[in-house]
Amino acid sequence: MKNRIKSLFEQKQKGLLSVYFTAGFPKLDDTETIILELEKSGVDLIEVGMPFSDPLADGPTIQQSSTVALRNGMTIPKLFEQLQDIRQKTQIPLVLMGYLNPVMQYGVERFCQKAAEVGIDGIILPDLPLREYVDEYKEMFEKYNLSKVFLITPQTPEERIREIDSHTNGFIYMVSSASTTGKTIGLAEQSQAYFQRVAGMKLQNPGVIGFGIHDRETFASACNHASGAIIGSAFVKALQQEGSLQQNISSFIQSIKN
Amino acid sequence: MSYHVNEKGFYGKFGGAYIPEMLYPNVEELRQNYLRIIQEPDFQEELQALLKDYVGRPTPLYFAPRLSEKYNTKVYLKREDLNHTGAHKINNTIGQVLLAKRLGKKRIIAETGAGQHGVATATVCALMGLECIVYMGEIDIERQAPNVARMKMLGAQVVPATSGSKTLKDATNEAIRDWINNPENTYYIIGSVVGPHPYPDMVARFQAVISEEIRAQLLEKEGTELPTYVVACVGGGSNAAGAFYHYLDESEVQLIAVEAAGKGVDSGESAATSILGKDGIIHGSRTLLMQTEDGQVTEPYSISAGLDYPGVGPLHAHLFESKRARFESATDEEALQAVLELTRLEGIIPALESAHALAVLDRLNAKPEDVVVINLSGRGDKDLSTYLKHFHFDEK
Repeated sequence: MKNRIKSLFEQKQKGLLSVYFTAGFPKLDDTETIILELEKSGVDLIEVGMPFSDPLADGPTIQQSSTVALRNGMTIPKLFEQLQDIRQKTQIPLVLMGYLNPVMQYGVERFCQKAAEVGIDGIILPDLPLREYVDEYKEMFEKYNLSKVFLITPQTPEERIREIDSHTNGFIYMVSSASTTGKTIGLAEQSQAYFQRVAGMKLQNPGVIGFGIHDRETFASACNHASGAIIGSAFVKALQQEGSLQQNISSFIQSIKN
Repeated sequence: MSYHVNEKGFYGKFGGAYIPEMLYPNVEELRQNYLRIIQEPDFQEELQALLKDYVGRPTPLYFAPRLSEKYNTKVYLKREDLNHTGAHKINNTIGQVLLAKRLGKKRIIAETGAGQHGVATATVCALMGLECIVYMGEIDIERQAPNVARMKMLGAQVVPATSGSKTLKDATNEAIRDWINNPENTYYIIGSVVGPHPYPDMVARFQAVISEEIRAQLLEKEGTELPTYVVACVGGGSNAAGAFYHYLDESEVQLIAVEAAGKGVDSGESAATSILGKDGIIHGSRTLLMQTEDGQVTEPYSISAGLDYPGVGPLHAHLFESKRARFESATDEEALQAVLELTRLEGIIPALESAHALAVLDRLNAKPEDVVVINLSGRGDKDLSTYLKHFHFDEK
């Protein structure tokens, strides 16, 4: 079967909205509800966060949602169990995002196999470096038709961006500025120059901009420079509002898209 | 078998640089430059001069007569507690700050557990006129108040880490986040032999001055450079790495690493990583790590803030797995008793961390002719309130 991320980017080259949430948050069993509601609200791609006790690349919001999710009892086996029947209900591309240690303890090959089995399309592990991926795991990910998405930052040199591009099959996650997740600064001029620099490189993979995207303006601005943008912390915060989960999701997504 | 780092940054299967892309340029800059810079003659000249006249090196290798008598063997103490700022940590911060300056960095960040590394970092930043931010777990800020005061007096900003167990692990997370957010002007001085390559190797090299001196001093005192045992406590493991370094390839020297058992290895409140940990990744390095079955990092516990860490450096993980070093552990109670013993027998009040190393003396089964070198990594001033509370010196 064709990888859903590939199909998505073939059909839609502009204005893609990707949303991150932490599995097991706010409640342990919210995973399916959130995925289906995000799809209904018109989101194009979903990143399902696998909570970790020490999420280095994340800011306070995602650290806190991870802590709650872990306290709720979220684990990788539990998440796979929740996603078991998801492909009978939706065909939206799904990416799992988390840190290497829990995946390593589950077993990387077993993880890839199970991810493929439930219909996952891509994996983001920010602390799995390119070199280790290429030497140890690339074959495994490809065998199970999983896109491995890498991050680049304004400090990533051109040569390395090209190398990352050559080992990626899905999209490139363009971190907007030097930061952990959840910093709600606007996209600085400096970032614009970096976006243009990357756009000018004509990479084989589309770019999606993340970190600091939190409202209609930042989303629209990011979309001017790449195929789309990713919202994480701002969405996780929206999930904590009073009211029903469905209502919170749909009104947050409407506030971004319309 | 080699016990040193290979060119990819690994000790056996441990080590590496498992870092998010945001840290890649910083770590790569360091990796490409550290060996070249620290080998430059003018770097070495400046480092050696500061170690001698500012830190107070070489530190004495003291033959402890009453301790030796009690354990019926020859006990030497490597007096790292006599370094400026009161612990071995400054050997490394002096080296790294000189490196940071040569890399053109203006802002220094650090993490600290017991505060010894924080004080050592704040000290060298004051010396060099650099901005200094120290991350410290909220709980450690409470239990190591004198060191917090010292850091502030030295002009450092002490930032509490309020997540997780609010101790060293979380302070490290916060420092790494700061580095991610400030990639260009900031240098991160890691205080132990942990973190992504090249930190474990670099810190070990700066601490290796300890074993280099032990060899020379022992030759003078015992007519041999090689002791029977070298004993050191291990949290992250920097003082142990320094004490072991020039003995790694001397197989007849027994290396003893002592971890904090806390309230007992099986109590659920412990930091004995070699027993409780398994292969995992923390703070950018593959090593032994205390974790749940699902790979979540476990909250460690030790009465000593400096040993309260759920991992060990990758070098130590390799020494453990290859059986080159013997790993022991000492409980809070055993460490406290060792504090009192050294104080009363030799008139030296050790840091709680170092006391863990002293606590295993009776388990070595050392013979009268054996030479035991214990690395006394720090002094106990910072722990006085713990000692006061535990030994009830405040009772009328």
